[in-house]
Amino acid sequence: MSNVLAVLEQRDGAIRKVSHEVVTGARRLADALAASAGVEALVLAAGTVRGADQLGAFGADKVITLTHPGFGMYAPEGYARAIVDRVNAANFGAVVFAASATGKDLAPRVAARLGRPLVQDITDVSVAGGAVIAIRPVYAGKALLKVRVVGSPAVLSLRPNVFTPVHRPKAGAQESVPVGGSAGRVVVTQIKAAPAGTLDVAEAPIIVSGGRGLKEPANFTVLEQLAAAFGGRAAVGASRAVVDAGWRPHADQVGQTGKTVSPTLYVAVGISGAIQHLAGMRTSKVIVAINKDKDAPIFKVADYGIVGDLFEVVPKLTEEIKKLHG
Amino acid sequence: MKIAVCIKRVPDSETRVKIASDGKSIDEAGVKFILNPYDEFAVEEALRLKEKAGTGEVVVVALGSVAAQETIRTALAMGADRGVLLQSQGLPPDGLETAKGLAAELKDAGFDLILFGKMAIDDYNHQVGPMVAELLDLPCVTTVAHLEIAGGRGTAEREIEGGVEVVEFPLPAVLTTDKGLNEPRYPALKGIMAAKKKPLEVKLTAPGPGALEIIALTLPPERQAGKIVGEGSAAVAELVRLLREEAKVL
Repeated sequence: MSNVLAVLEQRDGAIRKVSHEVVTGARRLADALAASAGVEALVLAAGTVRGADQLGAFGADKVITLTHPGFGMYAPEGYARAIVDRVNAANFGAVVFAASATGKDLAPRVAARLGRPLVQDITDVSVAGGAVIAIRPVYAGKALLKVRVVGSPAVLSLRPNVFTPVHRPKAGAQESVPVGGSAGRVVVTQIKAAPAGTLDVAEAPIIVSGGRGLKEPANFTVLEQLAAAFGGRAAVGASRAVVDAGWRPHADQVGQTGKTVSPTLYVAVGISGAIQHLAGMRTSKVIVAINKDKDAPIFKVADYGIVGDLFEVVPKLTEEIKKLHG
Repeated sequence: MKIAVCIKRVPDSETRVKIASDGKSIDEAGVKFILNPYDEFAVEEALRLKEKAGTGEVVVVALGSVAAQETIRTALAMGADRGVLLQSQGLPPDGLETAKGLAAELKDAGFDLILFGKMAIDDYNHQVGPMVAELLDLPCVTTVAHLEIAGGRGTAEREIEGGVEVVEFPLPAVLTTDKGLNEPRYPALKGIMAAKKKPLEVKLTAPGPGALEIIALTLPPERQAGKIVGEGSAAVAELVRLLREEAKVL
């Protein structure tokens, strides 16, 4: 069988945007596997999920919501069991997740239960001789590993921001199926939400990142203002040096011991460009560097650079961006 | 409290990656190897839990080449009690095979907790911990950045996009640790000396081939050398124009 199962995510009863990328990637893979291959999108929730009816637009032939009173928030064991039951019942060629916080936790559980390998955080997928071929960055992006999955189903997770959603209208027929049994021993009791509008660096289309050149933690407000000027599309990132110094939370760290990111635009401010940082952001589509040291290694990977005092350059940039969005 | 910590020997994060002549692996010549940084958080947390409980044992387990003995000694120098090396000829690319090897060792050994780093900084597989949990049918929480254990139960916090999940689970359990959980200690000279005498058991093991085949390991395409737009805030207007008209990202 060459159908593809796309495992999607909801939060607070609404489909998460990264799920559009998962359906897009699943569609691409299904088309490569066989002309007749279908994409079944799977959502796990406590009830009806907002946005599930729009998944047909990205290429889902069928959208199935598995409902359980314990599935409102992520229930790792219950989700894994329900997904595996679905896979075993229908014989899929591939099962595709987002390489998100949830996906990276859930995909290994599903793969282990299926006795199948997992190719995590892939940036490209194709089919050759009937086998799924995937590419994934290793060593934080210092190298790319190309692997062939032997047998089926292939279990994959897709790096966020790489599989740009494409409109490929399909039926998107809706179905809701109640799931019995226990939701599992591991229970998410609450989500402490970050302040409204906060984007995660792993998923933000624009990242404004700061390093030691900011001189002190309070100066990050300069970057927060620039990020805000992009109108809710930008997150503030940080180098390892400033995270280790306790200026910024680890969640914001970009690099080999932080997050590897692929935004449309990465603005590196006061970051010299240590190899472990460059590894984490080199797959950004466009890189801008602002640094007072014209010999900083960051300029070797940047598409555009400005040599100068960030405390003069960044406020000016914020002003210009505001004009565009004003 | 009896705790296992599964660790891995990895190239240092400052390593410049060179591809070996087989085109499928890295050239290890001149590469410095370290204890995987995320595993340091796991070792540290295990030591703190044991210290808090006042009794127990911290066992370090690694699956890998004979050279991983050195990595186990690092964890022993931090304060772990004993080590087990599941010695193999390299590791298969299929993380499930690594998980099977570790699970066979950890099964029915009476551990209250089995800790892993959330991922290794070489293969970025991000999967062996939860796979071991599934193979052993144990509860599992990944990427733990805050942890409290009391009365046979645990509460963990893990970072998700735009927030933090609070997760409750019963023991025994498998946890994977994230940066931010603690500040790992440096091995003191006394610890390094003591580590040399601590038990390190070596068991030969042969993980299965798995169901992933490496086609190639390559360096990513070099980024085109960019341009310096100019100096100081005078260059900002030109930068914005280039981002709009040339790069088309604004």
